[in-house]
Amino acid sequence: MKKIEIITRTFKLDEVKTALAGIGVKGMTVSEVKGFGRQGGHKEVYRGAEYQVDFVPKIKIDVVVEEDFAADVVEAARTAAMTGQVGDGKIFVSTVDEVIRIRTGETGEEAI
Amino acid sequence: MSLVDNAFILICAALVMFMTPGLALFYGGLVRSKNVLATIMQSFIMLGLVSVLWAVVGYSLSFGSDIGGVIGGLDFAFLEGVGMDATNSPASNLPHLTFMIFQCMFAVITPALISGAFAERMKFAGFMVFSALWLILVYAPMCHWVWGGGWMGEMGALDFAGGAVVHMSSGAAALCCAILIGKRKGHGSTAFIPHNLPMTILGAGILWFGWFGFNAGSALAADGLAANAFVTTHMATAAAALSWIIAEWVHGGKATTLGAASGAVAGLVAITPAAGFVTPMWAIVLGLGAGVLCYGGIMIKNKLGYDDALDVVGIHGLGGTYGALMTGVLATVGEEGLIAGNAHQLWVQFVSVVATWAFCFAMTFIIFKVVDATIGLKASGEDQDKGMDIAEHSETGYQW
Repeated sequence: MKKIEIITRTFKLDEVKTALAGIGVKGMTVSEVKGFGRQGGHKEVYRGAEYQVDFVPKIKIDVVVEEDFAADVVEAARTAAMTGQVGDGKIFVSTVDEVIRIRTGETGEEAI
Repeated sequence: MSLVDNAFILICAALVMFMTPGLALFYGGLVRSKNVLATIMQSFIMLGLVSVLWAVVGYSLSFGSDIGGVIGGLDFAFLEGVGMDATNSPASNLPHLTFMIFQCMFAVITPALISGAFAERMKFAGFMVFSALWLILVYAPMCHWVWGGGWMGEMGALDFAGGAVVHMSSGAAALCCAILIGKRKGHGSTAFIPHNLPMTILGAGILWFGWFGFNAGSALAADGLAANAFVTTHMATAAAALSWIIAEWVHGGKATTLGAASGAVAGLVAITPAAGFVTPMWAIVLGLGAGVLCYGGIMIKNKLGYDDALDVVGIHGLGGTYGALMTGVLATVGEEGLIAGNAHQLWVQFVSVVATWAFCFAMTFIIFKVVDATIGLKASGEDQDKGMDIAEHSETGYQW
């Protein structure tokens, strides 16, 4: 099983969600996060005083899927989230050892 | 006594009263969210504290029978002799009570203005005692000097609606307080970003609205002079809002909403002493200068490094001083300034500016030191970290 973390622009949430649902992803977790990469932060000016704001608001979508399905999910997410501009975000893929459905006690791929 | 004038001035008094909660919003939006209530409180509670002090003794010290040109006597203490007719009223067309309550609203907002200088770091108890002493020892004498028959008015200084009494006095006090109390914890390393600019802009709008009562009402009659003051107030404010954003557009590359609101307040301050003495077109000229000048004043503050948190010195101190001097230049309505050939008026204005700054700064210094040594004025670093709302009032502005 793979966990796919998609960190991208907030306004891309609906497009990514629709794309993932479209290829059969059944669930996801969404968080509001802040951070910076190559885009960096931005400058704000209040009465002439400049403030550097390092952390830019982004959304993070966590999805756990079967190993064979991971590449499709990554591609769908990447296509949906891409604008071509700096600041589109990143996708991290990692291995998940175990998943447990709390209600039934099912484990592994059955629990996804 | 005139019923029309009475109706007008009572409405003007209500308009001026609304400026204080407007100021509370203006200042409240500019601080961090953990200090929003404490900052609003420092304006709002002046409606309570100053109003009571005004009735007990402040009004009498300001407008009671003159003692040596310096202070009023105690003949109106506890509002003795201040009644429903014009007996003893400084304005013979108004009930004495009307004149008293109109002036009360000016007294309320002035110490509230100072609070912007020490925002986010002043203890509430110390603030209350400081404000009470400041009202009695600084505001009342200033008010008497200019409007109550004191030496400054006798000298011929022109101050239509409080350039010296309200704005220069609070600006000088603000500079003194900002220096004495020191910087906020984290100043220079932490970003002090305004937490709610829409609140600030709403507050600026309320100030603009209330200022019509402040300046037009200072005609003390529903007459043409009030109309002139109303129009000059509006024109100067409009011009200053424009010139501030143009200055920052050229200097910083963007026109900001905070700049528009700040420019408007700078224009309101600057036109205050001049409102009844200049024509509307000269008011526009005055306002254009005010926006650029006060923007420059705030740039200088950033260089000098003292922590006047909400720019009381740059806007009220500088704007009030500029307005007082420009009154001596541009006065052509009822009085004559430099452009009407009376250079002496500019000299009189200059003397009033120097005297106001010197008196208010020195007295504030003494009051601050006394209160600081007895009750204490500056909140601890821990309390500043926690936020003054929790530390001083056990409340938070927002639940999320």
